[in-house]
Amino acid sequence: MSIAKDLNRLEEIVRKLEGEDVELDAALALFEEGVSRLRAAREHLEAAEVKVQTVLEEAGGDLRLSDLDG
Amino acid sequence: MALSFQFGSLTPTDEVWSVSQLTSAVKRLVEGELVPLWIRGEVVGLKVWSSGHWYFGLRDRSSQVRCCMWSRYSQTAGEPPKEGTEVFVLGKPGIYEAKGEFQLNVTRMIPTAAIGAAQRELERVRELLRRDGLFDQARKRPIPALASSVAVVTSTAGAALRDVITVVGKRWPCCRLVVVNARVQGDGAVHALVRALRLVNRIAGIEVCIVGRGGGGREDLSAFNSEAVCRALAAVRVPTISAVGHETDISLTDLVADLRAPTPSAAAEMAVADRREVSRQLADLAARLAGGLGGRTRLAAERLARTADRLHGSVEAALRRERHRADRLAGQLDALSPLRILDRGYAVPVGPDGHVLKRRAEFAPGAPFRLRVADGDVAARVESP
Repeated sequence: MSIAKDLNRLEEIVRKLEGEDVELDAALALFEEGVSRLRAAREHLEAAEVKVQTVLEEAGGDLRLSDLDG
Repeated sequence: MALSFQFGSLTPTDEVWSVSQLTSAVKRLVEGELVPLWIRGEVVGLKVWSSGHWYFGLRDRSSQVRCCMWSRYSQTAGEPPKEGTEVFVLGKPGIYEAKGEFQLNVTRMIPTAAIGAAQRELERVRELLRRDGLFDQARKRPIPALASSVAVVTSTAGAALRDVITVVGKRWPCCRLVVVNARVQGDGAVHALVRALRLVNRIAGIEVCIVGRGGGGREDLSAFNSEAVCRALAAVRVPTISAVGHETDISLTDLVADLRAPTPSAAAEMAVADRREVSRQLADLAARLAGGLGGRTRLAAERLARTADRLHGSVEAALRRERHRADRLAGQLDALSPLRILDRGYAVPVGPDGHVLKRRAEFAPGAPFRLRVADGDVAARVESP
């Protein structure tokens, strides 16, 4: 799941929770989902180092990705 | 040492200068005063030394200047021009002290005819691409705000790649950069760039594509003005940023790309988000998430309390379950402190049967109850109604 999707979904969840027409049950489920998306997004942001890859086209036309300096 | 002119002295005195003093003073004057200049003239008497250095004269109708071009510069100038060829040279005036000679130290040389031909070709391609709508503003796609996979089409040997990696590493280290190596100048650069740009379309997950190189002179950027490269760039399926690293000269890829960056570093900044900014955004969302749930559960609790008389055991159990769940969820997030009401100094009075005491009528004079606080509960007694 990409961080963009997590953030968009979080926005959506918060807007729903801030409205008043969500049933309590649904609100709790939304909250639960929001917490897990927050956690996923934070972990994503904490990635230590940018991953640099190079791509090569092999004789058969397939692509091969490999880490640069690796 | 300053130059001093003593026109009054007619005989040699203590003021006599050595030749070295004179040439070094003139050198300082000339080299301090004049920045590198573009000069137009005809090449005469060009000699290529075994070291690769070029020595030649540059002349117009009435004057001539001695020039030298060190091998590391002459290497990039192609074949030595024939006698009498008109050229533009970029050079810094200087003094060669050992011979007391004024000379131009040349770093670039372009035949004037080549400029004319290159200019005509540029205009032709520009007009073709314009006619086909490749520069249309309506074609421009927005750059995604939070790209996590960026392709970089450039030379793996060039400074542009290092700049991009540095900037992305600082701003958005959770990103994946996929480098597609391509020659960016000289023979084969057009072919290599076209191939690389087509390859980008086949790499899974790419969200933005940067194409570019570090700064260079006009002829070094010619691949970025080629029709084939421009068309391949227009065919890239994700938004593109052109960064040819030349602030003053716009290349045609700059016009075709969805966004133009003045340098590769600037392109990297445009391609990825700033981690600090997104962290702030997340903190804000966390607070609103907690606030949203707090409001929602309060509302539900109030509604249930109003109809408490008609509640059956099953409903009470359901409410307890939901409260349990809310407590558990609230405990998961330290950041969501608004839920930790007791920590903020509130206390909850609880009757002997475990029910929360909410109305004056529930406090009989002298009756014992317990006060639940942040870290446990304490015994209490109603003093008077």
